[in-house]
Amino acid sequence: MGDPTEVEGAASEPAEDLLTQLVAHLREHRERLRDQWMSRIREAGLLQAMTPQEMGAETTSVYDNYVEVLETGSVEALQRYARDLSERIIPRGVETHEVVGIVLLLRDVLARSLFEKYQRDFALLNRILDAYEPAANRIANTVAVSFVEERERIIRKQQDAIRELSTPVLPVRERLLILPIIGVLDSERAGQLTEQLLGAIRTHRAKVVVVDVTGSPEVDQTVANHLVQTVEASRLMGASVIITGLSPEIARTLVRIGVDLSKMNTIGDLQGGIEEAERLLGYRVTRRNDVADGP
Amino acid sequence: MNDGPALVSILRQGDTLVASVHTALDDSEMVRFQEDLVRQIGEHRARGVIIDVAALDVLDSFGSRTLRTIAEMARLRGALTVIVGIQPAVAYAMVRLGTGPGEVPTALDLEEGLAHLARARDPGGGGSVR
Repeated sequence: MGDPTEVEGAASEPAEDLLTQLVAHLREHRERLRDQWMSRIREAGLLQAMTPQEMGAETTSVYDNYVEVLETGSVEALQRYARDLSERIIPRGVETHEVVGIVLLLRDVLARSLFEKYQRDFALLNRILDAYEPAANRIANTVAVSFVEERERIIRKQQDAIRELSTPVLPVRERLLILPIIGVLDSERAGQLTEQLLGAIRTHRAKVVVVDVTGSPEVDQTVANHLVQTVEASRLMGASVIITGLSPEIARTLVRIGVDLSKMNTIGDLQGGIEEAERLLGYRVTRRNDVADGP
Repeated sequence: MNDGPALVSILRQGDTLVASVHTALDDSEMVRFQEDLVRQIGEHRARGVIIDVAALDVLDSFGSRTLRTIAEMARLRGALTVIVGIQPAVAYAMVRLGTGPGEVPTALDLEEGLAHLARARDPGGGGSVR
C-alpha cells in the first residue's frame, strides 16, 4: 500500500480506455446507483447506528472516493478518508463486518450495473470486468484494513491509558500507602503491580499498604496466586498488606485455588482497611467536638 | 576461623549484634558467616541479632536456608533474629521459589529491625511506630 499510482492492466491501452469509459458510466448514473446501494445497505440492516442523513452524506463520499480510485488508481486519498471515517464511526459502535459489508455491497451494485450495460457484448463485458475487479478488490481491501488499523490504534491508546491509570501509589499517612486497582488485572498488570508495590514500600518506608480491589471485577488463577505472592513478598520487606474490596467472584477464586489465605489480611471495604491500618500504626483518629456539622 | 577480607561485618550495639552482608556469599563463605555469628552471640551475650541483607540483589536457596539456620541456632543460644533490608526483587524471588526465611521475622531496614527487637523484648511498650 506504499505508492500505488497505476491500476494493473494499464499496460494495454484499451484497458485504460475501458476504465475511462467505466468511470464515465459510474459518474453519469451516480444518483441512481448510490440510491440502489443505500437501499441494499438498509435491506441488509447495516449501519443502523447512523441517521438517514448521515448515511446519505457518507455513502455519497464513499461513492465518489470509490470512483476516484477507479479513475486514478491511487488509494491514498481513500485511505485517508477511510481512516477519518473510521475515527468518526468506531465510537458509535459500527462493527468491522458492517464496514466490509457496505463496501462489498457497493462493489456488487456497480458490477451489476456493468452487467446490465454491457450484457449484449460479452467480450467487452469481460474486458471491462478485468479492469474493474482488481481495482474494486483493492478498494475493499484498503477500506477494511484502514478500519481495522484505526480500531487497533484506538485499542492501543486505551490500553496505554488504562496502564498508566491503573496502579497509582498514594501515600495517605506517614508509612501508610494505598494502592487502588481499577480494571481487570491480567498477568502483565499484576507483574507491574508487584514491582510498583514493593518499590513503593522501599521508597516510602511503608509499614502498612492497603490494596483496594473494589474496581477490579475479576482475577484469574495466575493473577490470584500472584497477588498472594505479592502480599508475602511485602511481608518479607517488613510491611503488612491489607486487601480491601474483594468482590464475591474474586473471593471465590481465591478459595477455589486453595491458596493459604491465613496470611492474607482482608477487610470488607477501603474505609475499614484504612481504619485497620491506622490501628496497626498506632494512630487514633477522633472527631473534634467543637467543629460544626457540615463543611 | 581463618581470616580474609570482611564480607560480613558483625558489630555490637548494646546487647544486639548487627551483621551486615556486604556482597553475595558463596556456600563456604555463608557457612563461615554462620559460625562467626553464632560464636559471637555467646561471646557478647547478645539478646538480639539483626542480619542486614540490603546489599544483596540475589539470595539463593542455600543462602536463605542458612539464614533460617542461623536464626534457629541464635534462638537456642538466647537471641532473637530479625532479617532486614530484603530488596524488592529478592523478596519476590524468595516467595516465588519458596525459599523465604520462614518463621524468621523480617523488617524494612536496620531502624525497623531494632524497633522490632525492642518491642519483642518489652511487649508492654506498645506496638506503635511513633
